[in-house]
Amino acid sequence: MLKLGVPSKGRLQDDTIAWFAQHGITLERTGSDREYAGLVSGVDGVQLVLLSAGEIPKELAAGRIHLGVTGLDLIREKLLPWQEKVAVLAQMGFGFADLIIAVPKGWVDVECLEDLDAVAAQFRKVHGFRLRIATKYHNLVRGFLQSKGVADYQLIDSQGATEGTVKNLTAEAIADITSSGSTLEANHLKILNDGLILKSEATLFASRFADWNDDARASLAQMQALVKWDDITL
Amino acid sequence: MLNDNRAAIREQAATLETAFRNAGALHVESDALLPADTLLDLYGEDIRARAYVTQDPVLGERMLRPDFTVPIVERHMSEGAEPARYCYNGSVWRKQDAGSQKASEFIQVGFELFDRTDPAVADAEVFALFREILPDDLTVGTGDIGILRAAIAGLTTSDKRRAALLRHSWRPTRFRQLLDRFGGKTTPIASRVELIKAAKADGIDTLIKSSGKFLGLRSKAEVHTRIESLINDVDEPNLPSGELAVIEAILNLDCTATQAVEKLRELQSDLPAIAGAIAVFETRLAALSKHGVDVNTLAFEGSYGLTSMEYYDGFVFGFQRGEQVIASGGRYDALTSVLGNGRDIAAVGGVIRPDLLLGVA
Repeated sequence: MLKLGVPSKGRLQDDTIAWFAQHGITLERTGSDREYAGLVSGVDGVQLVLLSAGEIPKELAAGRIHLGVTGLDLIREKLLPWQEKVAVLAQMGFGFADLIIAVPKGWVDVECLEDLDAVAAQFRKVHGFRLRIATKYHNLVRGFLQSKGVADYQLIDSQGATEGTVKNLTAEAIADITSSGSTLEANHLKILNDGLILKSEATLFASRFADWNDDARASLAQMQALVKWDDITL
Repeated sequence: MLNDNRAAIREQAATLETAFRNAGALHVESDALLPADTLLDLYGEDIRARAYVTQDPVLGERMLRPDFTVPIVERHMSEGAEPARYCYNGSVWRKQDAGSQKASEFIQVGFELFDRTDPAVADAEVFALFREILPDDLTVGTGDIGILRAAIAGLTTSDKRRAALLRHSWRPTRFRQLLDRFGGKTTPIASRVELIKAAKADGIDTLIKSSGKFLGLRSKAEVHTRIESLINDVDEPNLPSGELAVIEAILNLDCTATQAVEKLRELQSDLPAIAGAIAVFETRLAALSKHGVDVNTLAFEGSYGLTSMEYYDGFVFGFQRGEQVIASGGRYDALTSVLGNGRDIAAVGGVIRPDLLLGVA
């Protein structure tokens, strides 16, 4: 059996089902809407596993699923080094999201990372603590800011409603994913012009640690014939 | 029963500890689980990428000891009298980069000297002790971050520019970026030029108001102050090329210690502010000679320790076998000043990795 992990709800699930349908593979939920099980037709020997999108990277890394659909952002944040744990099979053309750094619009003196760095130094001097950046992407943001030479900041964990942290005075800036920018706009935030950390989209990943037995490989070959991706070694 | 290398490493560590105690050091212990806030405040967010962080529902965020410096300095500040010599011998934990072969748990044996009477003499004592304890076949490197700091402090430019350079002197890429900017070698940031034009035309307050609703803890007054300083900075003349050349020459020094003194003396005419730091350097070399160190062959690099030893701000040294750093150390007065809330504590010290020394890591 080849186990395919798919987001268990929402827009991401709908788009995933539509994407596979376009390639001649039907994913169907069985039983009630609330039951996390499904059927796959069009490719033999595939078992559908419905998971929270945030769990999929971990399940791929553990090899408990062979394939999984999730965002590149989550893979890059949660799996290090990600290329050694998963392989990209196909970029799916939806779920586009940019991981960006945003600051209050009122900071008319801040447009780029060099400004942010200077303001971080100023902020620490005035307030006695480091400028707080709210995010759930700790590894990606820290790595990015370190490589750009930004200092005197601290990351504050925010697992949701991150845009609201500035208004609530729990952070001075945020690093989060955005697709249209309308939430940022509504929260009076603006993106730094060189603050793009990562461009992400929904991606079909293969686990490098799953049990790639003959049956699983046969199913994968069938799927490859339909979806068409470049050969990879697993 | 199987015995791995740890027993041998412990024995090696005990030997080193004895050598430090024989040099007059008091053996001190420290907690392995440290409050995270002190370390975070000192080292910044980057420490989270290197230290293991854990959450305690009562005590708050804790870190597994990434080094002994902070606990030793804190203990010295609360109960120590100068001069004081301490040594320690215990495990530290560091996260390593993905794919790295480096150990994430290892023993450090270290020696710290707190003595403000003559820093250069204290530097020499610590270095000579390490040289005596360690085998002769290691490659020795030395440097002096105090010289670069003195050079920056002596640049003909605004306090703000000097402060920015000092702040980034440990981040080579960023430091060079700033030098180029202040030297007029790069085009000014376009958005900044626009901002200054708008601020001059409409006034700073109008500009802030035009951004709409103002949010967050950073106040309008802070934004105002920064724009003012950006406007003032426009009129700041470029760093004189002669002074830039001195900074460049210091960073590029790669010779013996005595040759370095000669070269620095030549540079002094273009940047007289480094005279004091050169004098300290010479005093240190004289003290090293008294300890039997041949300063005519001692290697010296102007940028030694600028990337890897973030908190050192004076004399720095290292002992290597190939790429492997067996021992390293230096002076860290700036760190003790932060920990002591401005209290002035002169500190120099170093650590040895018994596992790497044995070559069994």
